[in-house]
Amino acid sequence: MSSSRSRPGLRRTARVLGLASTGLGVAMLRDPKGVARVSGVDDSATALSVIPLVGARELLHGLPLLAGRAGWAWTRGAGDAMDLTAMGIALSHRSGDRGRRLRNATVAVAGLAALDLLTAARSRRSGSRSAARELLPGSAPWKGAIDVSAATTVNKAPEEVYRYWRDFSRLPEFMAHVREVRTLDGGARSHWVAEAPGKLSVEWDAEVVEDSPGELVRWRSLPGADIENAGSVEFRPAPGGRGTEVRVRLAYAQPGGRLGKVVAGLFGESPEQQVRDDLTRFKQVLETGQVVRSEGSPHGPQARRLVAQRPAAPRS
Amino acid sequence: MRATQWMGKNHIEVNEVPDPQILNDRDAIVKISSTAICGSDLHLYDGFIPTMRKGDIVGHEFMGEVVELGKGVGNLKVGDRVVVPFPIACGNCVACEKGLFSVCENSNPNARIPEKLMGHAPCGIFGYSHMMGGYPGGQAEYARVPFADVGPIKVDADLTDEQVLFLSDIFPTGYMGAEVCDISPGDVVAVWGAGPVGQFAVASARMLGAERVIAIDRFDYRLAKAREAGATDVLNYEEVDVLDALQEITAGRGPDAAIDCVGMEAHHPTAAVHAYDRAKQATMMETERPHALREAILAVKNGGTVSIVGVYGGLMDKFPIGSLMNRSLTVKTGQCHVQRYTKPLYERIRNGDIDPSFVVSHTLPLAEAADGYRMFRDKKDECNKVVLKP
Repeated sequence: MSSSRSRPGLRRTARVLGLASTGLGVAMLRDPKGVARVSGVDDSATALSVIPLVGARELLHGLPLLAGRAGWAWTRGAGDAMDLTAMGIALSHRSGDRGRRLRNATVAVAGLAALDLLTAARSRRSGSRSAARELLPGSAPWKGAIDVSAATTVNKAPEEVYRYWRDFSRLPEFMAHVREVRTLDGGARSHWVAEAPGKLSVEWDAEVVEDSPGELVRWRSLPGADIENAGSVEFRPAPGGRGTEVRVRLAYAQPGGRLGKVVAGLFGESPEQQVRDDLTRFKQVLETGQVVRSEGSPHGPQARRLVAQRPAAPRS
Repeated sequence: MRATQWMGKNHIEVNEVPDPQILNDRDAIVKISSTAICGSDLHLYDGFIPTMRKGDIVGHEFMGEVVELGKGVGNLKVGDRVVVPFPIACGNCVACEKGLFSVCENSNPNARIPEKLMGHAPCGIFGYSHMMGGYPGGQAEYARVPFADVGPIKVDADLTDEQVLFLSDIFPTGYMGAEVCDISPGDVVAVWGAGPVGQFAVASARMLGAERVIAIDRFDYRLAKAREAGATDVLNYEEVDVLDALQEITAGRGPDAAIDCVGMEAHHPTAAVHAYDRAKQATMMETERPHALREAILAVKNGGTVSIVGVYGGLMDKFPIGSLMNRSLTVKTGQCHVQRYTKPLYERIRNGDIDPSFVVSHTLPLAEAADGYRMFRDKKDECNKVVLKP
């Protein structure tokens, strides 16, 4: 079983850039002469005073990038422009071995600059909400979004697994935060009631926006929902007749204020874990007929309830 | 009902608790006639298995009479006399379909805990920590048996409890330990640990055609039992150097297969080596004391098989991976897939190939469970196997 949260790729690239910045920054501050020699400007007196300043600048945007904040790639891009300008001027005055070293350094900086701009542009397109936006296009501006995905493999044919899920009224059997789903219009629309801690509940109507029997169901809330949300579930035959791979994605817009707290409460501290737990129960129901219970774990396998385990002994 | 509860390290009590109830359609309630203390229960007793809670009912070797059935159990009826396998398995998932019952994908409601520790979760087990599902165990008057349509095996009335009880765990466990070694005629098999599982591994290795079977332990009375089970040679590791002795017996080849029936609480004859792993275990730097396994790996012949059925919980130190890799060894291991073996081994008992009751040394009323644990752990009174009668 697996789960993931939005945009690990972008964060990874940001970290690589952060690492490069920090490395360069430290090198420039500790050994400006060495850096000047490698980049072919060791004959310039001004270079030795400029290089440590550039190093300090690198550390400045290196740290937030290391933390995965891709937006800081913009400041790297600006730095790249300064550096490339200076290096271009320097190139026109140098030839021979020194010229070759400077050319190499310029090519390297230009390469990093391209990556900086790409990363910065991606960070702008997306922010942390883009994945949710794919599921929830054209929705109102939010404070944030819960966007989780999880997968499991069920030892049944895709058609059967699809059929079970497609009857939304059965979802509360295994989805911890959903109390009730009533289907309307022969299944095209449905009314959902979800429960958050503190006896708060939220309701919405949803419509199925895509439905390929045995393969995929996508749904989203209709205007007027307490919480704008959407979901999709994909069914694919597992290789070698090993059942069906089920991949679920849920997105909940998170408004500010009281409703925002309700949305957060729906999933507890670990939304991925909760969706994985939902899928564990879905697998149990389909394969064994019921959610499997033990006396020590009467509420099923939700991570946040494991702390509330009671002794493995019957209760009257 | 009365049940044996784990109240903390070295602390077992028999107390009054509520009777179990049907929670799932495929449950049965079994009124227990005989239940046994397993060597692996001592790991709980000694406090080495994480996620135990005060009040947990322990015990995973039990049998008795079906007194109540969920509406989803079609193959049993009230009054049937059954032996219950210790792994809880659904029979529907891919693992169960392949006969890998002890890694059932559905029977552990607390799969999240072992996933963090082990990557993926094994099955649920009766009375064996919350990591293994939080199911109450069978050292009690009654137990709820989930997936009762898959696990329990019906047994004839003319066989005694002691003859069939060990189908629940130790006989299949020892048998699987030997079976996975692919024993062929002429093979020499060495068995570390001559407790009841080791004794059944010895007996099984002989049944499967091993030429010589060498039992290794430090208690002479257990080695004597191993001889009774069919061991051709016995080694007391406090008296002889095991590696030298095995070289001698096999003329330098090493045994064809090595079976570890010891697990996480092994002892080492050299005080300093024992103290090293004991200290690391006590400070949670490793969960195992793997002396037997290390020795088994070094002892087995080039290209040989190391079979591990002794219980391990987490992480170990100084694992001889170099010996394993460079000498083309094969490791076979797992909690026993008991459901795979109950019928064929029951037939062996029926045929008279083996009478498993030879392991029993003490029979106590359930109320004296705490004494049974203490006696078994301390190896008092040549304690080999304790059967409790509720």
